[in-house]
Amino acid sequence: MKINDGDPGFKHEVAAQPGGEGLKVCFGCAACTARCTVGQHMPEYDPRRIIRLTLLGRRQEVLASPLIWRCSTCYSCSEVCPQEVRFTDVLTAIKNLAAREGCAPPSARVSAQLLAKQGRLLEVSEFENEKRADLGLPPVEQHPQDFQSILGITPEAEPDGEDAP
Amino acid sequence: MKALMFLGCTVPVRNLNYELSARKVAAALGVELVDDAALACCGFPLKGSDQQAALVIAARALAQAADHGLPLISLCSACAATLAEADHYLQHNPAAQAQVNDALKELGLAYRPGVRVTHFVRFLLQEVGLDALKKKMVRSLEDYSFAPHYGCHYLKPSEALEGLDDPEDPRTLGQLIAVTGAKAMDYPSMKECCGGGVLGADEDLAGRMAGSKLAEINATDITALVLVCPFCNVMYEGQQKSIAKKLETKFKVPVVYLTQLLGLGLGLSPDELGFKLNRVKPKELIKAFKA
Repeated sequence: MKINDGDPGFKHEVAAQPGGEGLKVCFGCAACTARCTVGQHMPEYDPRRIIRLTLLGRRQEVLASPLIWRCSTCYSCSEVCPQEVRFTDVLTAIKNLAAREGCAPPSARVSAQLLAKQGRLLEVSEFENEKRADLGLPPVEQHPQDFQSILGITPEAEPDGEDAP
Repeated sequence: MKALMFLGCTVPVRNLNYELSARKVAAALGVELVDDAALACCGFPLKGSDQQAALVIAARALAQAADHGLPLISLCSACAATLAEADHYLQHNPAAQAQVNDALKELGLAYRPGVRVTHFVRFLLQEVGLDALKKKMVRSLEDYSFAPHYGCHYLKPSEALEGLDDPEDPRTLGQLIAVTGAKAMDYPSMKECCGGGVLGADEDLAGRMAGSKLAEINATDITALVLVCPFCNVMYEGQQKSIAKKLETKFKVPVVYLTQLLGLGLGLSPDELGFKLNRVKPKELIKAFKA
């Protein structure tokens, strides 16, 4: 690939997303990469490299890369960055673009479905509330309709459940 | 002192010992906790794929809290940070505020700036303070030593989280442990992330991240690793066995919540503090404080 083959609009596209603004002030010092906990356990995960590829317009390579979903959102990179790039937020902007193009891992869709179904990530049935009551803890409620309204989705039928045809 | 409790998704189902000990500690310190059963998710799980939806979900909770007119305090570091960040962002973006309120109208809610959002432990530090806490202690844990795990969202991103400690040189959890008379240990990986944030995308990676800290603590003779977040607990306690297996090693690292230690110091019993629900228990400590 030649340098001119990149998509010159990609950096502007990312910078236009909430949190993406910091991208263009990166001067490539790699403080983010040096401080990254994920990178210590997975050398191919390199925040500076993701920024460089984005600035060079390697749109497909960045959006389709599984590496962009390996950020633990620990914010260490943001704390040490001398340019206030806020890489965690820049990467959130990039992941949101990737998700719109169908590149999000299944876990992202699962979370939205759980919220639409039970209004919480973890179900609170009568059993949970009884257990809570035994310990003297107050009950919690599920309001899935609020989350259906916010997300604009309805819960999918369970493949093996009573809703299956 | 009165505050609205934000339990989030994980704590009220998986971490009842954390919730129980926090409530007991709050009561012992004169903090009245108000509950609203309709409070639910903070939005964190959706941020990566759809930050606009995550923002509206956070704003739902902030709007509910505004109706109570109370500070919103969370036991989960991820919830506390997500809500505080959302509030910080909305306060500085009137256009985003209008968008969010459009979506909340259907739920009969409205976001208003001005709700204080904080972590339970930061609330104790700021509203009760180290000196007052120390004076309330009736028992000493001087024979024990603990390793504080700060995790990520207790202090980061610092711009949205009140700046009461330095995320790159954190001291507050060590100070809170010391209030009980116990020793707080500094250790090389103290600031590092538990890996919980990548558990959904890459379980092996998350396991290597948590495993390196567990190995480090395991090599010492400290009493327990001390947490302030249910997500970190998933990694260090919930997954401890499976991580050890995957890394072909053995760990036995007892895990406690900071609120359980404070509770012991305040004279509460291990049973009252939910120690029965700890899965990797600090047995000596429990035995020593049993009535």
